[in-house]
Amino acid sequence: MNQVSIEDRKNTYEKNSKKIIKRVIICAGTGCVANGALGVYKEFLKEIKKSGQQVVVSLEAEAEGYLVSQSGCQRFCQKGPLVTIFPERIVYCLVKNEDVAEIVEKSLVSNDVVNRLLYKKPGYGTACRTIDDIPFYNRQYRLLLEQCGYIDPEDINEYIACGGYEAAQKACTKLTDLEICRLIQDSGLRGRGGAGFPTGEKWNIARIQFAGRKYIICNGDEGDPGAFIDRSIMEGNPHSVIEGMIIAAKAVGADYGIIYVRKVYSLAVKRTRKAVLDAAEAGILGKNIFGSNINFTIIVVEGAGAFVCGEETALIATIEGKRGMPQPKPPFPVQEGLFGKPTVINNAETLSFIPVIFKIGAEAFRNIGTVSSSGTISFGLTGHVANTGLIEVPFGTTLRHIVNEIAGGVVADDGTVCGINFKAVQIGGPSGGCLTQEHLDLPIDYDSLKEVGAMVGSGGLVVLNKSTCMVEIAQFFMRFARKESCGKCVVCREGTIQMLALLTDIVEGRANLKTLDLLEELANIVQVGSLCGLGKTAPNPVLSTLRYFRDEYIEHVVNKRCPAGKCAALQIGA
Amino acid sequence: MSKRKMLMVDHIPVPIGDERNLLEVIRKANIELPTFCYHSEMSIYGACRLCLVEIEGRGLQPACSTLPEEGLVISTNTQQIRAMRRMILELMLANHQGDCPTCVKGGDCQLQQLAHRMGVAKIRFSRVKERLRIDASSPAIIHDPNKCILCGDCVRTCNEIQGVGAIDFAYSGSEFAVAPCFGKNMAQGECVACGQCSLVCPTGALYARPSINEVWAALHDPAKTVVAQIDPAVRIALGEDFNLAAGTIATGQIVSALRRMGFDFVYDTAFAADLMTIELGEEFLERLEKGERLPIITSCCPAWVTFAEQHYPEYLDNLSTCRSPHQMLGALVKNKVTPAKGVKPEDIVVVSIMPCIAKKGEVLRPEFSTGYGRDVDYVLTTLGLSLMIKEAGLNFNQLGQDSFDMPFGFITGAGVIHGNSGGVTEAVARYVSEKVSEKRSDYYVYSNMRNGAELREIKVTLGKNKLNLAVASGLGSVKKLIKKMKKGQAHYDFIEVKACPGGCINGGGQPPGKEKNIKAKRSAGLYDNDKMLQLHKSRENPYIADLYERFLEKPGSQIARKLLHTHYQSKKRVYFDMNNLARQESKQAKLELSICFGTSCLVKGAQGIYSGINQYLNENKSLDKVQINTTFCYEKCSRGPVIRIGEEVIEACTLEIALEEIGRQLK
Amino acid sequence: MENARTFEKVCAILNEYNHNYYQLIPILEAVQEEYRYLPEEVMAFIAISLGISPANVFGVASFYSHFTFTPKGKYVIKVCDGTACHVKKSADIIKAMEEQLELQTGQRTTGDMLFTIETVSCLGACGLAPAIVINDEIVYGLLTPEKAVKLIKDIQAKEVPGSNEPGEH
Repeated sequence: MNQVSIEDRKNTYEKNSKKIIKRVIICAGTGCVANGALGVYKEFLKEIKKSGQQVVVSLEAEAEGYLVSQSGCQRFCQKGPLVTIFPERIVYCLVKNEDVAEIVEKSLVSNDVVNRLLYKKPGYGTACRTIDDIPFYNRQYRLLLEQCGYIDPEDINEYIACGGYEAAQKACTKLTDLEICRLIQDSGLRGRGGAGFPTGEKWNIARIQFAGRKYIICNGDEGDPGAFIDRSIMEGNPHSVIEGMIIAAKAVGADYGIIYVRKVYSLAVKRTRKAVLDAAEAGILGKNIFGSNINFTIIVVEGAGAFVCGEETALIATIEGKRGMPQPKPPFPVQEGLFGKPTVINNAETLSFIPVIFKIGAEAFRNIGTVSSSGTISFGLTGHVANTGLIEVPFGTTLRHIVNEIAGGVVADDGTVCGINFKAVQIGGPSGGCLTQEHLDLPIDYDSLKEVGAMVGSGGLVVLNKSTCMVEIAQFFMRFARKESCGKCVVCREGTIQMLALLTDIVEGRANLKTLDLLEELANIVQVGSLCGLGKTAPNPVLSTLRYFRDEYIEHVVNKRCPAGKCAALQIGA
Repeated sequence: MSKRKMLMVDHIPVPIGDERNLLEVIRKANIELPTFCYHSEMSIYGACRLCLVEIEGRGLQPACSTLPEEGLVISTNTQQIRAMRRMILELMLANHQGDCPTCVKGGDCQLQQLAHRMGVAKIRFSRVKERLRIDASSPAIIHDPNKCILCGDCVRTCNEIQGVGAIDFAYSGSEFAVAPCFGKNMAQGECVACGQCSLVCPTGALYARPSINEVWAALHDPAKTVVAQIDPAVRIALGEDFNLAAGTIATGQIVSALRRMGFDFVYDTAFAADLMTIELGEEFLERLEKGERLPIITSCCPAWVTFAEQHYPEYLDNLSTCRSPHQMLGALVKNKVTPAKGVKPEDIVVVSIMPCIAKKGEVLRPEFSTGYGRDVDYVLTTLGLSLMIKEAGLNFNQLGQDSFDMPFGFITGAGVIHGNSGGVTEAVARYVSEKVSEKRSDYYVYSNMRNGAELREIKVTLGKNKLNLAVASGLGSVKKLIKKMKKGQAHYDFIEVKACPGGCINGGGQPPGKEKNIKAKRSAGLYDNDKMLQLHKSRENPYIADLYERFLEKPGSQIARKLLHTHYQSKKRVYFDMNNLARQESKQAKLELSICFGTSCLVKGAQGIYSGINQYLNENKSLDKVQINTTFCYEKCSRGPVIRIGEEVIEACTLEIALEEIGRQLK
Repeated sequence: MENARTFEKVCAILNEYNHNYYQLIPILEAVQEEYRYLPEEVMAFIAISLGISPANVFGVASFYSHFTFTPKGKYVIKVCDGTACHVKKSADIIKAMEEQLELQTGQRTTGDMLFTIETVSCLGACGLAPAIVINDEIVYGLLTPEKAVKLIKDIQAKEVPGSNEPGEH
């Protein structure tokens, strides 16, 4: 097969796109698709033709006219379908099929805007013309997710044209395995999967293992309720994950890679599969990649749905066709992992940071964020806020900035924005904790969160308003933990069962102060005694709510009253 | 010489030897760390969390899965660890069926003992799990999930050691369970009733189906003559339940106890083992002579026989046709040699006291009813006998030494060592070598066969023949052995198989061993017994010679075949309706066709034939003329693939044969 | 002849995965696509073909929420009960749909085998909370109980012509 170098691909793409007048990018993330983005896409093709203009859907060959493409998640999910017009960077929100003709006429054919489709700041009424005017975007730091929102995830050439696979090429042809590990160590990148283990260090341990075969696994399981970062990356920029894996493979000496994606993420599965095929066809995966002596093959495995499979050893078990139950460590996967061979497991977000670090350099990366946690972090911002979606901020950002500036403030149940309505932020999903008013100015990083009893987890950030009962939230997470506990170790299995029973007693008015003591004692024991990380973090929602909302618990057990008015059994007259 | 590596356990320096984990090092320091799920012979599971210890700088770590490293500072007894252990036991007990006084494991239950040892005074949690159904479908093993603490010992034993996989983990989270396939009954799955699971079960969740009440009822029925027979492996293990060291020979006390409980006659199964040695030896010589059905594979272990019938139908012809010894004795007592004049066979109740659980199922096989009801009526395990002795209030250790009744009480050492893995081979070797060479030889020349390994290969020269013998114990080892044979990497003439690792001495019905190296100690007990006996070769047993002279004529005679031999048939692995698997119904069908998709037929290509037929019918546009059923076993596995076309049952079928027959019948 | 053809596929699936027991999960997934659930006899057949015990296959299949042992409806509606959806009252959505379909407590599939309602931990569509997905294909977000009921009525109207006039009851 005649391999085309990535430089050639890049040049071809640039040549082919020279005569493109404007680009229309329709967000085809899960959220926008759910709201009809694919219809909007078709409508654009139709309307542009109707207006007598050339419509371009592919840059396989040189073309002239308006390029219409689909991108991954543009992150402002709540306002979808989103349509962005380049080069002006105009963002249209909540676009419907019937709006398309007007957009074509005003924004493409002439250089006007359709005012009514622009984002308007609540309360002000001023329309934000470009992406950079919208607070949801301009208060973020776009390092990782920028590409996600405009490149076509199904077009490898576009990724290459944006500088993609240059890092992988450099790693394969110019750097030694040790140099790569050093670079990543120097960048201070920590695993985004939850525990925050330094990625470079993990690679280095795997690198020095003596084994005939090693594996790289991309963990895209992301079973946390409230997190969708990995999903967005695999949907929106799957090649960045592949590139990260190639670099990891070179760094540790692996020749097989596995991308593990949750089966319910059907779009992510589809796009990742296509990306792997395209990369293999382009000679970027397979034998002697970039003309080096490196062989690297990737397969995509679909996860059958078990939260615990986010845990490394459980993930390995599931890939081996077994029950996804965690194993005691040691041995660690980097020593003895998949099929007993050294295995590096990184989550999708971590891996897609790798090309970014190559691009901007370790030091620049390190300069973003805090001393202990460098770079940016992405959150799935949801709950009772005006703007929900996927956000990216540097470590060290405060919750106040996120809630007020990016999210546009807390909303009441009826949807009105009202600052005093803030009650708590649940961060890190079922492994994380609840933070309060007093933490609003805490600079967020791995260590500061851990200190206050929460964690980054897989990046869910749910803002809760005053109508939320914190005991009920703890119960909700415990119900999840009980269901998703694999059942293997006593402490987690029986502990979650009993914690849920105690919380239910509290919610239903059968508890007393002793119940709280027992709950706390049990939660502490589950935290230290469980077999795996998931079990160890399962009591966090209970412990953090007990810590910051104890009054609310006491109200429930002493006065048999639910301050938020949520717990049906404790309502007056019930 | 380098300095020995040390670590600190509770302020005491402890040297690190070749221990694989911290738990073993700590135990070496004479600290009995609590654990449910650690067994040195199985994989590390790490689920019970009871062996957590404090390691300086690392916090709480499970000792079972931590490597011993120089300089570790370990505490096994801190306030946090104590609280943790109590809490774990409380959590286990909250949903545990707490009927301890009436539980079979009462008094011997590890959960009960640990709760006591750790000072669990109160259970602060309430029961939240619903009671589950007790599975008493198997004739041998009862599964009570309400007592299960999910330590996984049984699952790992069944899978890792036995390679059977009759039970496995199922579901997850709060529904996590140990269950046979598809949540069905034990009797519907692949269980061969070796009972190794019940041996490792720390609680009363898996146990042998008791027969104590039935036996007492027989003893208390004046019309019945109750005959006991004792397996060799019982005599060296029963004492453990009465504080005797493992391997202590307690034959005399056992006989005495049985008499005092009311057994009318007490016989020794080792006598029948002598008899089996001769029958098997002759069968072996005959096959060697004719060069057929080799290797001969022993058949005295009923769990193995079931396993072979389910998994290796192609080897059933290789199995010796000898019954297991206690079945030989049962048949003799009920058919030929009643214990005393005037005793009517129909009034005889034969009770086998066995280290084995599988024999509880074996006695129900229809082949083992040759005259008056079942040849053996009840099987008591070693543990069952122990309970009866305790119930009767007998002070076991103070009982005198009694002797067996004759004629089935006279034994040689060859019969006794049958209880050890390798014992049958040694006994047969003693017999066959003299038979072939017609010279006397010392009995101990074959003692080099004894090395305790679960898989052994032995080369011997018997006369002109250089023979390859193999000994396997533990069904997992057996699987390995057969795999090797099938790949053509090994060739054997004689294979001894015992389903339980180490042989009957480690049977599922034995007391759960508390001492270290329990198998070696029990095994040594039997070899000692051999040494102590006057005779060591089965052919020297005068009562056996007499038996042949008066009743059995000669080995393999017609009467011997009736009473001492049996036959086998291939069996399904799972017992539920699978006939709709690929049912292809057709109203206009002229012809009905059934293809067997059992294991063996499948392996032999049933799937290809099925696809081929479908393709053929499709091409000939005659799909609607034929109704295809699949069955899940004609139980003729050794002659598979089996297909029934119309009324015609074709064995060893090929696609060509099938198509020809279909074509013929469709005309 | 439905069964036989499906069974042919099972054989084909096993061949495709080389009878490799490491591939048990993808095999089960592919088989479930065919039958829409995992029948016992098919699992037993798979076990025997792969050379592992049926209990093992059941153990693996019962571990993952994706696998089901009873036939599901033609439309499988997964209601997200992730954190974001939960705080935006996904419980009301479930209740409304259960009422519309007259499902009893614990009943997940309608008698006519048209609908199955399940809750899932997270669909990853938190920005659209509360969300549901039908047949793992189409996500519907920012739902209200009324919108959810309408979705069901529309399907009913399509599947059972004449039986359901929108807006009745």
